[in-house]
Amino acid sequence: MDLTEFLIKTATIFVVFVLTLVIAMYSTWGERKVAGFIQDRMGPNRAGWGGLLQPLADAGKMFFKEDFIPALANKWLFIAGPSLAMLTALLASAVIPFGSTFKINNHEVVLQGVESNIGILYVFGVVALGVYGIMVGGWASNNKFSLLGAIRAASQNISYEVAMGLSLIAILMMSSSLSLGEIVSQQHGGNWNIFYQPLGFIIFITCSFAECNRVPFDLPECETELVGGYHTEYGSMKLGFYLFAEYINMFISSAIISVLYFGGYNYPGMDWVYSQLTQALGGITGHNIATLIGTGVFFGKAIFFIFFYMWVRWTIPRFRYDQLMNLGWKKLIPLAIFNIIITGAAVLFLKPMITAWLN
Amino acid sequence: MNSTVSFFYFLSFLTILSAVMVVVSRNPIHSVLYLILTFFTLSGHYILLNAQFLAAVNIIVYAGAIMVLFLFVIMFLNMKQDNEESKTNLTKVAATIVGGTVFIILFGAYRKSVIPTYSPETFDSQVGMIENLGHLLFRDYLLPFELISILLLVAMVGAVMLGKREIGERHF
Repeated sequence: MDLTEFLIKTATIFVVFVLTLVIAMYSTWGERKVAGFIQDRMGPNRAGWGGLLQPLADAGKMFFKEDFIPALANKWLFIAGPSLAMLTALLASAVIPFGSTFKINNHEVVLQGVESNIGILYVFGVVALGVYGIMVGGWASNNKFSLLGAIRAASQNISYEVAMGLSLIAILMMSSSLSLGEIVSQQHGGNWNIFYQPLGFIIFITCSFAECNRVPFDLPECETELVGGYHTEYGSMKLGFYLFAEYINMFISSAIISVLYFGGYNYPGMDWVYSQLTQALGGITGHNIATLIGTGVFFGKAIFFIFFYMWVRWTIPRFRYDQLMNLGWKKLIPLAIFNIIITGAAVLFLKPMITAWLN
Repeated sequence: MNSTVSFFYFLSFLTILSAVMVVVSRNPIHSVLYLILTFFTLSGHYILLNAQFLAAVNIIVYAGAIMVLFLFVIMFLNMKQDNEESKTNLTKVAATIVGGTVFIILFGAYRKSVIPTYSPETFDSQVGMIENLGHLLFRDYLLPFELISILLLVAMVGAVMLGKREIGERHF
């Protein structure tokens, strides 16, 4: 790998990292605005125009609070908990394709941190590791409520991972590739997976709600039963990191949903826009502007799903814990297996029939 | 030394260090966390060998699922300093003998084993990629693969049977 390529990759990864952080930061503002809108309030409106500086003010407040570690807590693991939560949340954005290629003097740069042939498995592995931040933090607090909250969160996460993985398999059977870039480029031209996998999409989005600990599955921090859940003993920026990791997870899962089911950076009529732009502005500039439009569309889709998360949060009440477990194990997993069988039958029998009929 | 070799030595050092720390650390939770680190470094070795699928599956299955269950059990056992009396001299002696025997067996096997050679001209570096792995599993090794899946299914059914509440058993 020569130096330019290395520098370009480093710059891409840095941009992806910063974008993830900024979007997560402004999701906290968006959450309050959406909550205000749904509850007929104003939401934050003092810091800056429309409260736009509110996330910075919150971060400043979090940093300057006393950094408290309980006397009987395991000190290193108490610090490791939120760090692990942030680490695993940020790792997943490396393989997400944010757009198609960008041309700089004959160099084609893919707008993706790492193009890997196991992209979706990598995301799945990182999601599976998200449990550790919660479990380590909950145990290290040396508090029964924290431990119970952590155990609850971990069992919820590993239960819903099963159904999530099974719903992904149906997608993989259709795309026959694990690479996220490949999955997106296969959905070019209106072939969005949502039209072929509506059931899989519903299972996947339900599981991602549970994986992100969002309402209606926010039982890990169910304050009516568990004081504050796994972060009862946390304060200051350590608590901030836990909450921030949740928002990063939300952005990552929204991005993954738009990549897997909604065509990523593809949008209707993109070929026409591409040909118009390249004719008007020349090969390189037109290509770059078309790519930027695609990236904008991708972020639009991702932000719509972040909004969807918030919408659900302020609309639907919380599940009871046994209802959560019943839904995960007895309803979603059989449904996902059924979806796999249907997809397999459709790929084997229906697809050749339709292609034969169309030709 | 090229970068792959230095990566290999660094990863090997980390693997052995964390594996030793699993045995040495007094707190069982620390042991489990070091074991997770060991799995990560092993995945790093898989990536160096260009077996990315194996690396990802190692993380998902071992670090993501099995070690979580380990942590569950150890957290609920609540092992603190008060359990130290279980380590009597007898257990220490027995553990030393067993560990030493295992070490001698491994060392003997290592001395006897012939490390297979390969020729760089004919070696296919893409053999660990997921497409090739899938072709190999579903074409050449289809029967063993299916048999293993049946074995796993039987194990799953057995686990469900054991976990099922029997009639008349108390709810808690």
